[in-house]
Amino acid sequence: MFPTLPHTEEDLRSMLSTVGAASLEDLFADVPPELLRSQPLAIPPARSEAEVYRHLAKLAAGNRTDAVSFLGGGSYDHLIPATVGAVLGRSEFYTAYTPYQAEISQGVLQAIFEYQSLICALTGLEVSNASLYDGATAVCEAASLALAAVRRSRKLLIARTLHPHTRRVLVTHFSGLEVELEEVAAADGVLNREDLRRRLVPGTAAVIVQSPNFLGYLEDLTGLAEEVHAAGALLVQSADPLTLGVLRSPGDWGADVAAGDAQPCGLPPYFGGPTVGYLAARQAFLHRMPGRIAGQSVDREGRRAFVLTLQAREQHIKRERATSNICSNQALAALAVAVYLVTVGKRGLAEAARQSAAKAHYLAERLWRETPAKLLTAQPFLLEFPLVLPVAAAPVLERMEAEGFFAGLPLDRLAPELVPAGGRAVAERAILVAVTEKHTREELERYVDTMKRMLK
Amino acid sequence: MTVPQELKYNKTHEWVRAEGELATVGITDYAQESLGDIVYVEPPEAGQTVKQGEEVATIESVKAASPIYAPVSGKVERLNPLLEKTPELINQKPYEAFLFVIRMADPSQLASLLDAAAYESHVAQEKAAH
Repeated sequence: MFPTLPHTEEDLRSMLSTVGAASLEDLFADVPPELLRSQPLAIPPARSEAEVYRHLAKLAAGNRTDAVSFLGGGSYDHLIPATVGAVLGRSEFYTAYTPYQAEISQGVLQAIFEYQSLICALTGLEVSNASLYDGATAVCEAASLALAAVRRSRKLLIARTLHPHTRRVLVTHFSGLEVELEEVAAADGVLNREDLRRRLVPGTAAVIVQSPNFLGYLEDLTGLAEEVHAAGALLVQSADPLTLGVLRSPGDWGADVAAGDAQPCGLPPYFGGPTVGYLAARQAFLHRMPGRIAGQSVDREGRRAFVLTLQAREQHIKRERATSNICSNQALAALAVAVYLVTVGKRGLAEAARQSAAKAHYLAERLWRETPAKLLTAQPFLLEFPLVLPVAAAPVLERMEAEGFFAGLPLDRLAPELVPAGGRAVAERAILVAVTEKHTREELERYVDTMKRMLK
Repeated sequence: MTVPQELKYNKTHEWVRAEGELATVGITDYAQESLGDIVYVEPPEAGQTVKQGEEVATIESVKAASPIYAPVSGKVERLNPLLEKTPELINQKPYEAFLFVIRMADPSQLASLLDAAAYESHVAQEKAAH
């Protein structure tokens, strides 16, 4: 009657008698008693459908969704054309978790194939996999790829200007493995090339940088690939793919691998996820890419057809010899990215990045001229910048929220180590402000006016 | 299944053609047929020192990724350059499409390998076990 309830009393009795246990306690007799729960889990009793809806509505009402958001730090509120939702809403796509009976799902495979082609075009690299869980895991996979590709390497150099969450996931991912992680210092909010040179020794698998970096600043990567390659290492660049509509691509900078989060292209910030990680590399690393790739082929009648390929290295085939534990992809989110990119097109993407940048610079300039807030450094930025307030940031952010603004992310909480001069005291006053093409002039003016009042 | 008489065989389905100190290594007809369409060979490094029984390369087919073991100890003298672009040569001509050549450290190790007849019965046993 209730197929979703796994075991009836009768099921339990029959299973226990099959294994020769008198009771559940008897079955778990080998588990030390201190590890067993003595009280049942404190789960409230079942509720009716109407009660559950009421409860969920109440929880949802606790969310603030009317504020104008200037939050970024890796997740951005860009415009998403209606085509994205329309395509994603098709049950052929959203009900299929991942195509295990792959070749039957030609539509899903074609969608992944298109996604890969778009990521290759954006990153300026030759191969892309079918997507990964998020930007942080994508960077970890890029690092693993480099460790496998560079013989006898066990060291990773990570720019401190890389997203702090990604840095933390890297530490977790490689803990317990014989891999040495070293952070490259930042100077004035960008990669310190002198410090990098000191640390770049033979045995280094990869140098991992992000541009635009976590603070929103553009890293000048001129000559970096040459230096990294001369040391026998690979260059991994993380980049917001939306910014690649106007910025030089990782491939153009000479990067071997590009990895990051594609959330800005077609996915709302939600409340922190799900997002989607992209991973692209030069042709030479095709066979070291984790995960799967959708390939284009022809069927027996010579018609264009798509296949899931290169998954022989995945864990479900290679078992303990697999080079990565990725056995899946983020198909629906990757589809959102693909539909977004083909909808806005090459010019639309550049337009989104340009408008975001123009508005960010307008806001920064007005804040700088008309309020006592200062920019953290004079480095060039695109659509996001760190702002140092004359007072502690937390109460200002709270008051801004009351006025209808998510005014920025407190740097103190995310990456105090990135605030160069003044240390903690400055970090407490610093916020990261992201602007997108969605912001109207009126919203920007109101932000400035409100901030002026707050900082008077 | 062809099993050339003049070659030596490893139980893990590599063949060896010994000429002086050099041992040319490939995978057998039975191995290539079991693997199916071969799409990639991850070779050892030229100049690398290998030990008998050590995993030194990987062959990927559309359905599996299989380790290749060094049938003898020594130094990798050279690789088959054709396999980088055309790994399917292994399916087409398994006894011509060699993987690598080893300069043997101890040619007496060849005695530990199987001859054609012994390899054939080894394969027959493996098949029966499946």
